[in-house]
Amino acid sequence: MGKLIAIIVIVLGVVALAQLIRVYELSSKLRNSGEDEVSNRDNRLNGRLMLAFMAFFFLGFIYLMSEYGWTGRGVAASVHGRDLDSLLNLNFIIIILVFFLTNSLLFIFTYKYIRKPGVPAFYYPHNNKLEMLWTVVPAAVLAVIIILGLKTWNNVTDSAKKESIRIELFSKQFDWTARYSGEDNTLGSFDYKLTTANNELALLTSNTIDSAIFEMEDGLSGIKALEAKLNDSKIMLVPEEKEKMIVDLDRKERLIRLLYQMKARHNKKVDAFAWDDIIQKDTLYLCENKEYEFNFRAKDVIHSAHFPHFRAQMNTVPGLTTRFKFTPDITTKEMREIKQNDKFNYVLLCNKICGGAHYKMKMIIVVLPEGEYNTWMKGKMATSTFKQKYFPVVSAPVAPAATTTDSTAVAAK
Amino acid sequence: MSAAAHVAHGSHDSHGHHEDHGHHEESFISKYIFSQDHKMIGKQFLLTAVFMGIVAMLLSILFRIQLAWPGESSDFLSFFLGETWAPGGILKEDMYLGLVTIHGTIMVFFLLTGGLSGTFSNLLIPLQIGARDMASGFLNMLSYWFFFISSIIMLVSLFVESGPAMAGWTIYPPLSALPQAVSGSGLGMTLWLVSMTLFVVSSLMGSLNYIVTVLNLRTKGMSMTRMPLTIWAFFVTAILGVLSFPVLFSAVLLLMMDRLMGTSFYLSDIIVGGEMLANHGGSPILYQHLFWFLGHPEVYIVLLPALGLSSEIISTNSRKPIFGYRAMIGSILAIGFLSFIVWGHHMFVTGMNPFIGSVFVFTTLLIAIPSAVKVFNYLTTLWKGSIVLTPAMMFAVGLVSTFITGGVTGIILADSALDINVHDTYFVVAHFHIVMGMSAVFGMFGGVYHWFPKMFGRMMNLRLGYVHFWITIVGAYGVFFPMHFVGLAGAPRRYYDYSVYGEFDSPTGEMMMDLNVIITIFAIIAALGQFVFLFNFFYSIYRGPKAVQNPWKANSLEWTTPVEHVHGNWPGELPTVHRWPYDYSKPGASEDYISQIVPLAEGEEEH
Repeated sequence: MGKLIAIIVIVLGVVALAQLIRVYELSSKLRNSGEDEVSNRDNRLNGRLMLAFMAFFFLGFIYLMSEYGWTGRGVAASVHGRDLDSLLNLNFIIIILVFFLTNSLLFIFTYKYIRKPGVPAFYYPHNNKLEMLWTVVPAAVLAVIIILGLKTWNNVTDSAKKESIRIELFSKQFDWTARYSGEDNTLGSFDYKLTTANNELALLTSNTIDSAIFEMEDGLSGIKALEAKLNDSKIMLVPEEKEKMIVDLDRKERLIRLLYQMKARHNKKVDAFAWDDIIQKDTLYLCENKEYEFNFRAKDVIHSAHFPHFRAQMNTVPGLTTRFKFTPDITTKEMREIKQNDKFNYVLLCNKICGGAHYKMKMIIVVLPEGEYNTWMKGKMATSTFKQKYFPVVSAPVAPAATTTDSTAVAAK
Repeated sequence: MSAAAHVAHGSHDSHGHHEDHGHHEESFISKYIFSQDHKMIGKQFLLTAVFMGIVAMLLSILFRIQLAWPGESSDFLSFFLGETWAPGGILKEDMYLGLVTIHGTIMVFFLLTGGLSGTFSNLLIPLQIGARDMASGFLNMLSYWFFFISSIIMLVSLFVESGPAMAGWTIYPPLSALPQAVSGSGLGMTLWLVSMTLFVVSSLMGSLNYIVTVLNLRTKGMSMTRMPLTIWAFFVTAILGVLSFPVLFSAVLLLMMDRLMGTSFYLSDIIVGGEMLANHGGSPILYQHLFWFLGHPEVYIVLLPALGLSSEIISTNSRKPIFGYRAMIGSILAIGFLSFIVWGHHMFVTGMNPFIGSVFVFTTLLIAIPSAVKVFNYLTTLWKGSIVLTPAMMFAVGLVSTFITGGVTGIILADSALDINVHDTYFVVAHFHIVMGMSAVFGMFGGVYHWFPKMFGRMMNLRLGYVHFWITIVGAYGVFFPMHFVGLAGAPRRYYDYSVYGEFDSPTGEMMMDLNVIITIFAIIAALGQFVFLFNFFYSIYRGPKAVQNPWKANSLEWTTPVEHVHGNWPGELPTVHRWPYDYSKPGASEDYISQIVPLAEGEEEH
């Protein structure tokens, strides 16, 4: 297939080249006859071509619009999404009218007023009334567009209702992790410094502070290990490596101070907010007709949470929590019927350049009817809260959590 | 080029009218390399920009091949990228981002800013206002050489081992600040930043020069309201450049400090490549504010010169005065002013306060008003004209079409509520390529065809010009028009491979792949079409028929200078201006054009 197209392209190229040489020969003949001015014949030909181009252009547009116009989007699967779509349609009608009107005037004038021997141009330097007309009319149309647009914008970006369900979407190169707020519908706080192997989302609890401190001090490349290596006269270090370790040590010493400050200020009451949170990878399950407030975080670089089917998008920014709310109201099953595609799935894509595998960064979303969702959620709450994952059941033969947590886990008991 | 110019040089001497401005025999170096003559500097800008443009176009073909036929081996790719970046003829993910980034950077800055404004401001400002040269020939020369060095560094960055910058042409940190995040954020990004710093220096020296020249060196009678619209456009462009490029410099400087000195202007709470950074308190959004404070005026820095050139070309070739001259000036000024208070529309979904978003919606949509005025004025200029379709005129007509087509989709993107859906999708790519890319490139081509006789004293081949125009407009629309539909389907930009859609919505994925193939084929055709231009351009420099003094029967002052370039532009005294430059087909006049140097006839009213 690829080769075939390549061949076609090459053939087209060669044909184009041959044509060019021919055109060039013809034109050099013309030049010898001493004519550098645009002849009336050329002028008329190009005028007609302008008209032909207009036809090609408009037909192409109509074809693309009818063939591809809305296929990719399908109906919006969220409440506000349908408002946005009707606003988009209204705007499209306006701009398509303007597009056809002005483009046709342009090409038709170019064709119609082509130079004709003996017909002079009409000297017409200005007309204040006309100019006023095409200042005021666009302004009036724009006023309508602005008012409708801002009304919708305010509704969409308004703060979420109190009872709406909080979910955090955590982005990193190159995947998404969701965190449900659990029974209390409050997301536990976090601090990036608390990130450890079994606390990837850096949730804030007394225990996670302890284990972060432990890892920073006593971990494999913790402060103690680094100091030992640097002070050991028996180990020969490459200068660059040594430099790197010193920088690393310096950074870790700064971080550890901050961790101790955090520990000193920590209020144990907030631990509960985090413990009942549920961390979910791969697939995000949502409940039909429930309003969700998504809180977005980024671990490394800026990403963007793009939900094309729900008409929602928000950037995720390191060091900043951003929010977006929407209410999905078509279940995955219903959408599959609408789209007549039983493999269709909603998706969360990354839409901000974030590195090599940017294009693979996505999460499947499944919207369930309330009953099914509640069953799923109950199961999760019973077995997979952050607390349950953090302190694995003792009966398990080997604790799956990282070794560093053992001491803190014991301490917590 | 040198041969032709030598001929010009020789015949110039024979005219023997150089006594009053101290002309002397110049060495090759001072005439062609470190020239301080604005006409030569304009040509230097043009040639450099054409070269950069070819490189950027080639880069786009490379990644278009990947997008149309992902995962298929391509000899073309392995030929240009080798085993390092296209092992087995398949493009590497990282290099895809590198190609996209450098394509954007070169096109926006080197071709459409340096190339368009640099070429035509330099060539036309002194010629059209009746000045001997720029206010400072030396600064002007430095401006070119900084541009040149900056271009070289940008090109060199393509060849470093860790790859060129890969964070998109907007280089948003933290991605651009952290070499751990993507390989191009190492040496490649450093070179990008150095190159852009030099570019800003070049742009500032150029712009200050243009402003001072327009304000101070107009010839007798050339009041501000008798200036051609080209000069108004260059003038406002230069002001935009002076006010906005330093902000880019500050953004770049802070980014360099974050990268090299451990500051935290843009960085906060980051863990990358398993390394916990200690940076805290910075904001990546700050960078975006600084960048787009340049970035948006930059759009008009690119577009206004093209609109100025096309105003002149359309008026001349319709044999009619430009309709609503003062309204045209007003809209240039309005666009220039508004361009400074709209930058936030690039950031509707960054988590910015929605109320601030509303303000930016309002200011952004206001720009549609002066833009509409411009379009309708162009249309009325064509109305009842006596149109001569030179290649320049055809490109100018094409520009009006792309300005409309790309402009109307701007209304969707400026509307924050609608932007949520299409932000960073191919809809945006389609929009700005048509309204900014195509329009500005068409303006530039129009300018080259129209002022080629002024630059090189020879005419370009008409027929090849026509062929070039038709291939270009069909090809370019064929590339960018279908992109709207890819974007409306939700396709994010800067994706390496859209077949990932197959995993959750295969019909949409197939549609995207189909359109991608169409787009790539048109891109290849359009790219091949540019060789017609290159051939015509270089061939005509040497072999084109000799130009007459005023080949298009135009009114503005540059056509009163001799065909052969003279140091100081006019032999003898500078011309005195008696009228505006748009007295075409004035009733009562014997010809359909009256040069600006012709005094008003008795009882004749100025427009």
